[in-house]
Amino acid sequence: MNLHEYQGKKLLSKYGVKTPKGIVAKTPEEAVAAAKELFAEGSKGCAVKAQIHAGGRGKGGGVKIAKNLEEVKAHASSILGMHLVTPQTSKEGKLVRQVLIEENVFVDGPSEPLEFYVSVLMDREKHQNVIIYSPKGGMNIEQVAEETPELVFKEYIHPAIGLRPFQASKIAFNLGLSGKALKEMVVFVKSLYAAFLGSDASLFEINPCFKSANDEIMAIDCKVALDDSALYRHPDLEALHDPFEDDPTELEAKKYDLNYVNLDGNIGCMVNGAGLAMATMDMIKLSGGEPANFLDVGGTADAERVENAFRIILKDPKVEAILVNIFGGIVRCDRVANGIVDAYNNIGDIKVPIIVRLQGTNADIAKKIIDNSGLNVISAISLQDAANAVAQVVK
Amino acid sequence: MSVLVNKDSKVIVQGITGKEGTFHATQMIEYGTNVVGGVTPGKGGQIHLDRPVFNTVEEAVKKVGADVSIIFVPPRFAAEAIMEAANAGIKVVVCITEGIPVQDMVIAKEYIKDMDVTLIGPNCPGVITPGEAKVGIMPGFIHRKGRVGIVSRSGTLTYEAVDQVTKAGMGQSTCIGIGGDPVLGLTTKMAVEQLMNDPETDGIIMIGEIGGGMEAEAARYVRDYGTKPVVGFIAGQTAPKGRKMGHAGAIVGGKDDTAAAKMQILAECGVHVVKSPANIGQKMAELLA
Repeated sequence: MNLHEYQGKKLLSKYGVKTPKGIVAKTPEEAVAAAKELFAEGSKGCAVKAQIHAGGRGKGGGVKIAKNLEEVKAHASSILGMHLVTPQTSKEGKLVRQVLIEENVFVDGPSEPLEFYVSVLMDREKHQNVIIYSPKGGMNIEQVAEETPELVFKEYIHPAIGLRPFQASKIAFNLGLSGKALKEMVVFVKSLYAAFLGSDASLFEINPCFKSANDEIMAIDCKVALDDSALYRHPDLEALHDPFEDDPTELEAKKYDLNYVNLDGNIGCMVNGAGLAMATMDMIKLSGGEPANFLDVGGTADAERVENAFRIILKDPKVEAILVNIFGGIVRCDRVANGIVDAYNNIGDIKVPIIVRLQGTNADIAKKIIDNSGLNVISAISLQDAANAVAQVVK
Repeated sequence: MSVLVNKDSKVIVQGITGKEGTFHATQMIEYGTNVVGGVTPGKGGQIHLDRPVFNTVEEAVKKVGADVSIIFVPPRFAAEAIMEAANAGIKVVVCITEGIPVQDMVIAKEYIKDMDVTLIGPNCPGVITPGEAKVGIMPGFIHRKGRVGIVSRSGTLTYEAVDQVTKAGMGQSTCIGIGGDPVLGLTTKMAVEQLMNDPETDGIIMIGEIGGGMEAEAARYVRDYGTKPVVGFIAGQTAPKGRKMGHAGAIVGGKDDTAAAKMQILAECGVHVVKSPANIGQKMAELLA
């Protein structure tokens, strides 16, 4: 589960990470009121930032600087309600429903302001948490890693011993800091790691991590992803889930306990097991089609689940055919076949051809059930037969 | 010989009195696995499925000599169950449970690091040595005793490969489902290494997925130490970047992390890569003909 920037910052500040003062607004009027409050506290101008789950918001015009209340109103009016397109969204973009009005931290002071990159995640090769950081902040870190790999540092954290103070100061020294800024960075790193562990996060990315002209260290932007498997430990964080960020069909699938991801192709598919589902999608492509979705019906492919899965796949107007691929292990294929026939009859009026491949216990009986059903269904037993059937349909 | 589990393995089921545990323990016993007991804290002293139930794994090791454990406990207790089994001296721990918090597994992995234990999973279908022992949730009947070893990150896709191997007239030595989570015990490379050193295995099928570098690591092992033909398949050639495909570990990261990039590494290391999942068994049959 992902958090919005403003939610992530609130979480960070709970753990002692400094963030700019900010207020969320849903209308231009609320934005102006928020800016007034910040201006009264001394902020010279403010930032207006679209709150959507995607990076690169600035590139799409979703982050703007306002010098006065008129500009706040103008920017908030243009950003709220826009379909923000960034390198990480679809072509259609994402509807912006709220903006973060944030204090201007680019103030004058005795030292030069700097931008760093700091993130925390679990390294899948070493099975340890790692803090990745770079003095080159505010840019795409993949690009920094490619062009100047010597400027990307990694600090691994021992799973049992945890982050040691020397590691936090090493990070601050490697970022070239001294004096007050160094001390602030040590606190920043410790607090950030505490937030990562304390929220069972899978990613905290602070880019940029900002050193102000007054040598304060703070998170100017943050991207937070939480471990779905650990949400039961954090009901307060689970409550922050924004359903508007989900694909409505994927959300509905979740309600039925189906694992569905919408894609751009023309062949819908329904498979039991994630690995076989991905393999089936690959096979569709090799047969000349394009998968319209990923859908894992899970272990119990009964009539009700199959029917729900059909309904979800059929919501996508691009679907020209559906491939059902079930490997019946513990579940018997004849029962799955009956489920498919029932689901088909219940939905009625399915206009696209359906290819059903059932393999495993009682696969032969299942094929007969499908063949004798009188429905517009092509049956197959081997995976190759199913692939050939897909090739026939897309021809 | 076979690897990891055989007819002499003394298997206990952690979570034997639960719904999943009861169902699969029954299936395992029917298959002929030497299930010697179960563990459910608080239910020690009971008899379940004609087997003794213990409060702790340690007790099961002492009283019935358990050396293999299979875990069906709920996600929030599963990492603890893994550590308990390792602590008690169990040699092979198979964790079926799906949805264990990642940070719990980071701790468990560290805990067992220097112990004499092999963890398989979590979030895996388990291990089977056909005709000897099934320590997992795979359908037993599709397997046939033979000389092809299978290593895979997924469940039903493994069954698909097993079925193809059986239908092509061959059988399996040991099939290992290593699981689809970001933190795993046995890696693809470790599993391939075991099968490479197994005198009862003639060929190896390696089924991978997008996400992580495990298959590439295994392929480099095959290149440097391989003595048997290896067939490879990577699922997720059509998966878009940044979207999780069911398994927590199955997500395309950088551009070197795509299925195509992995398949190329595999091929360069001498693994016989098949593009279609329908050709896995047939390819192995050709290589062993």
